[in-house]
Amino acid sequence: MTKYLVVNGKKVLFNDEKNILEIIRRENIDLLTFCYYSEFSAYGSCRLCMVEVNGKDILPACSTPPENAMKIRTNTEQIIEIRKIIVELLLANHDRECTICVKSKVCQLQTLSKRLGINDIRFKNIVNEKTKDLSTYSLVREPRKCVLCGTCVRFCDEVQGIGVLDFANRGSQSMVCSSFNKDLESSECVYCGQCARVCPTGAIVPKSEVDYVWTALSDPNKKVIVAIAPAVRAAICEVFGIVCNDGSEVAGKIVTVLHSMGFAKVFDISFSADMTIVEEADEFIRRLEENKNMPMFTSCCPAWVKFVEKYYPDFISNLSSCRSPQGMYGSVAKKIIPKMLGISKKDLVVVSIMPCTAKKFEAKRIELSKDGIPDVDYVLTTQELARMIEESGLQFEKLKPSLFDMPLGFKTGSGIIFGNSGGVTEAILRNIVNNKSNKIDEVDQFSFVRGEEDLREIKVNLNKRELNVAIICGLKNARKALEDIRINKCKYNFLEVMACPGGCIGGAGQPAYTNLSVRRARTKILYEIDKAMELHKPQDNLYVQKIYKDYFDNSNNCYVHEYLHTKYKHK
Amino acid sequence: MKLSCIKYKIVYRILEKNNFDKSRLISILQAVQKEYKYLPEEILFFIASSLSISPAKIYGVATFFTHFTLQPKGKHIIKVCDGTACHIKKSINLIDVLRNKLEAKGKNCLIKENIFTVETVSCLGACGLAPVLIIDYDVYGQVTPDKVISLIDVILEQEMVKK
Repeated sequence: MTKYLVVNGKKVLFNDEKNILEIIRRENIDLLTFCYYSEFSAYGSCRLCMVEVNGKDILPACSTPPENAMKIRTNTEQIIEIRKIIVELLLANHDRECTICVKSKVCQLQTLSKRLGINDIRFKNIVNEKTKDLSTYSLVREPRKCVLCGTCVRFCDEVQGIGVLDFANRGSQSMVCSSFNKDLESSECVYCGQCARVCPTGAIVPKSEVDYVWTALSDPNKKVIVAIAPAVRAAICEVFGIVCNDGSEVAGKIVTVLHSMGFAKVFDISFSADMTIVEEADEFIRRLEENKNMPMFTSCCPAWVKFVEKYYPDFISNLSSCRSPQGMYGSVAKKIIPKMLGISKKDLVVVSIMPCTAKKFEAKRIELSKDGIPDVDYVLTTQELARMIEESGLQFEKLKPSLFDMPLGFKTGSGIIFGNSGGVTEAILRNIVNNKSNKIDEVDQFSFVRGEEDLREIKVNLNKRELNVAIICGLKNARKALEDIRINKCKYNFLEVMACPGGCIGGAGQPAYTNLSVRRARTKILYEIDKAMELHKPQDNLYVQKIYKDYFDNSNNCYVHEYLHTKYKHK
Repeated sequence: MKLSCIKYKIVYRILEKNNFDKSRLISILQAVQKEYKYLPEEILFFIASSLSISPAKIYGVATFFTHFTLQPKGKHIIKVCDGTACHIKKSINLIDVLRNKLEAKGKNCLIKENIFTVETVSCLGACGLAPVLIIDYDVYGQVTPDKVISLIDVILEQEMVKK
């Protein structure tokens, strides 16, 4: 029997949709919501999706399952009034400093207010005196802007399995906070920043380092160099409303932009990603042969590393000792660039542009510094890059692309796909499985590791030996894998973990997205760049080889360990 | 404040009695509060890791119910009803008298030497006896400020004798 609903007088068929909101949206009615994300449980706190059911009941569409022959109306006078009152009440308790808010223009509350044509608020503005939390390097919490939608709470709990934030108190005193209302730095947070990504307002935002970078750029005694992560080129266009057809061209435009801002050199994190793979693959083969500290875990995601340090210290030795691409870029740059530019080390400022909030924390790690000076001085996010472009008045869409500077701007396709979930695994496989046959397409050879699922288990044949690899996004899945490893339930050889859904392209430093199609487009851009490139295997990166030869004595001495590896400990 | 192993043993026993069941969190917190008169922070962290729930969630539950307190309480708990009926019958006078007498500050406050805690509650369900207050488990109805002072004096005297 076919089941149907009547939406605003139109008969609509449905199958197994879990709520009527999904059906209404499918009918191209963008019913407003604030707290609904199809990725996790319906919560029903914002009440904006109220609809009239069967001419009498007013029900929230997000948490009402469809029933056959239900009659739904979405725009009755009563419902329009209810929506307005809800938004007005939210605004009455909101710190309405929109002109100086980071989220201005992309704030969902602002959008709602505009869409509903609210230009007068009938209620008194009462905002609880709550202080800004500036305790971490990665995130800023502004409870005065919180609308209690609980999206951050659900993300942290349901996807990351940590639950740093939750509701406390009740009634008018309700608030979202970490345990015992401590600041984030003293909480269980690992700085993945996905709470900031899903926050509809400016209540949690990435911490900005833009001002420091401008200061460094205008200091005549300093030379500022910068490198952009692979994922940045896949998302920056979203901010300017341009459709990105060619990721390499966008990367070229970013290079032009950064040069005209005054950066002395513009490099590519994909270069050091190639380097990371060479080191990590080497380490993996060695550990596999020695059967020591297996399974090996990737260590390029700083949120994941912090998660292991904090919650699973017994697994610390399983993490690869390789520095992340950002870590390698920093140490290599501080070692070789001063000489190249003819300046002293203290006059070199190293900046990286990442899709990630946790990278800001990573750069401040004591392990990634030398003589008390961090290898990477400032970390900007894609959002901050966009802000700098807007601030500088450069018209991004009209700029001509230019080339990355050498040597740290050269890369292979492996360094590019790093930004996607599964990218590290694919790159490592390209490195270790030596297939000289011309018949095999280097790009597609290992494309079976790609996918959208948050936990993918794959088997690979390596010299007649079968390897079990797990590719994971989201720390809740990672937790499960670790628990399974602990009780010997699964036999993995290699574990790739990224804290953010989709990998780095879905990072919290990227322009915030709510629709999965945005993330899919980014993933595709990176794979397309890889496809169009000439080289795909990291060992083919000529400049990586050159750096090993010139500075690391052909990877045969303690320098490699000093500059390209690190240690982790229980925090 | 560091709690000794013995105290953790008490909590462990409470958890054991509740089969380490997450859904019995409220009962567990009630038992802990009965033991310590309040919910110490380190105990809540211990419960969180034992039950695999986040400390923030436990904090949420503990702050949602006014029954739970995160501050140490005095030996005797005075609950003054400030529901509608009691409020009209000037329960506020009783609170003022208690504050002056016990030098208490704020709404829910701990009194010197850990003897008393004064709290206001929304309704004790004895509106006919308004204004009402409870000292430990005894209910007193139609209380006057003078009566409050004499009740406090009796307890203070007993405490002095014990010392």
